[in-house]
Amino acid sequence: MSVTYIDAIREAQETLLRNDPRVFIYGQDIATFGGAFKATKGLAEMFPGRVFDSPISEDAMVGLAVGAAIEGLRPIVEMQFADFSTIAFNQIVNQAATHYYRTGVPIPITVRLPSGGTPGSGPFHSQSLEGIYAQYPGLIVLTPASVSDAYHMLIDAVALDDPVVYCEHKFLYRWLKAKSINGDHLPIGQARIIRQGKHATVVAYSAMVHEAVRAADRLQQDGWEIEVVDLRSVKPLDIDTVLASVARTGRLLALGESFPWGGVTAEVVARVSGEGFHLLDAPPQRLNARDTPVPYHPKLWAAHRPTPESICQALRKLLAY
Amino acid sequence: MLCGRILENKLSSLYKAGKIVGGVHLGRGQEAVSATLGTALIQGKDIFAALIRDQAGRTAFGEPLIDCTRTYLGSIEGPMRGRDGNIHRGRPDHGTPAMISHLGAQVSLVTGMLFARRLKGTLDGCVGATCIGDGATSTGSFHEGVNMAAVEKLPLVLIVANNQFAYSTPNTRQFACVDLVERARGYGIGGFSVDGTDLFACVSVITEAILRAREGRGPQMVVARLLRLCGHGEHDDGFYVPNDVRNDHYGRDCIEAAMRQLVEHKIATVDEISAWQDEIAEEVQRAVAQAQQEAAPDPYQEDWSSLVTRFPLSNNHSAA
Repeated sequence: MSVTYIDAIREAQETLLRNDPRVFIYGQDIATFGGAFKATKGLAEMFPGRVFDSPISEDAMVGLAVGAAIEGLRPIVEMQFADFSTIAFNQIVNQAATHYYRTGVPIPITVRLPSGGTPGSGPFHSQSLEGIYAQYPGLIVLTPASVSDAYHMLIDAVALDDPVVYCEHKFLYRWLKAKSINGDHLPIGQARIIRQGKHATVVAYSAMVHEAVRAADRLQQDGWEIEVVDLRSVKPLDIDTVLASVARTGRLLALGESFPWGGVTAEVVARVSGEGFHLLDAPPQRLNARDTPVPYHPKLWAAHRPTPESICQALRKLLAY
Repeated sequence: MLCGRILENKLSSLYKAGKIVGGVHLGRGQEAVSATLGTALIQGKDIFAALIRDQAGRTAFGEPLIDCTRTYLGSIEGPMRGRDGNIHRGRPDHGTPAMISHLGAQVSLVTGMLFARRLKGTLDGCVGATCIGDGATSTGSFHEGVNMAAVEKLPLVLIVANNQFAYSTPNTRQFACVDLVERARGYGIGGFSVDGTDLFACVSVITEAILRAREGRGPQMVVARLLRLCGHGEHDDGFYVPNDVRNDHYGRDCIEAAMRQLVEHKIATVDEISAWQDEIAEEVQRAVAQAQQEAAPDPYQEDWSSLVTRFPLSNNHSAA
């Protein structure tokens, strides 16, 4: 018996619908069809009147959720792809994110973004937008990398009184399996050291955590011990765990799948440089996707995002400094 | 109506005297429409998402004058506590959402409030109303919101004040249909047209639209034709409004027209109206004076947090 990452997300939503009458799910093709990725499979039948097919209206989907949150409900909005959330950008960053600060009335909505690249998905079904949303005050941005986190962080997201952008990675949906959804259930906002090492720290999140581990396995054959930190939530950013790791290793590589200009990896490097400059034995490095749209062809795609090879290369350069 | 006009005249003076920072945008010429809506809605039951030119409607719906003056003058005591200003105010948990500047965005928000009430079983004949201008009907957000409300068959009342100019852009550069009310048919919702300068007509049409929504007949759109009798904001003299437009029927002042109607129908005398004006002017003065003497927000006391959640969360935090 094993549980996939997408099973965990579906399971979390079932748990939420069962335990909290304030929860409903709104999104495209999520009722009868069960969602483009089957994250809501069977839920509309199990919970009549709680899981709704939406018109293709991302802006209005989030607007509706904000209104429902004002009235005390806890909506989950499923974007069919993270990329399409740009249509809802205004409602997320201007309506939902500013609301509590402006009015004192919290907006407990969870917007699920099927994020990241998969082979053949191309420029408009592959994006990683966590850095864009994290830029805005008033949002919590989560990027689970494990089956257990996919489950528990979604449960926790809905319990939070603030708007949450929950970035679930499409590549992990069926590829990532675990024996059960049980885990250490760290609180939101706390990073996890998933591999201990002493020569360099890789700070990653979402699918890149697994690529970092692969790279660390390869370098281990040459005697290098690489520590891997899974941020889990990119906002808030658990800089204390990162700094503690860098204090042990003296070297930092910040790794992300999104576009290279700015973003989460830039924030990590800026924070470590500012708060932990004295801990560093080498200039902190970043590795991101390339500065082009995400390409369609699997060969191009595989070279667009960081890979175990490119991560190893970056780490070797860092270790040689 | 009168209260909206007198209050806004005062706000304009304060702005011109440099006492209000940011913008001041008036509802001059739209008071008949806005006040009718605010009056016809039931405070404490219905939802009213006012927009930029709805001072008259806000007051009619029961917003205290002091909420307005505190927000414009930046008092820490106001509903927005200096964190937002002017027309961007409301008490969302009391049925009055606070608008954002991005036009059309309130349509789906009100739809969501109604959706939630239906889900909770508390809809109970209430309606949600929002106002919008001719310009905002060109936004994607407007289209998405109206269509969604129609699909969900919710009691949304949408008042489109076609004041002929979106900032400086005339209707001819905004839409190509003959009348915006034609869109109602496309959305599958109720559609009404009304002369927005005629108070009696507004009362009759807007009341009917609200009634239909309340009866469960889905969203209702009212397109009110009128003219904005000022610039977009008080920084703008509206020079681009041609004289023939100013001088045609819709260029008349709805308040003057309403006063004549009241006197003709012997609902009020000129003296009574004059007394109302004096009384309102005093109330406005009191609200301004009180807000002016209140403290401004203190950057050193501000908590500078945009989240309810306070991180770090403890290890035993468990929502499941």
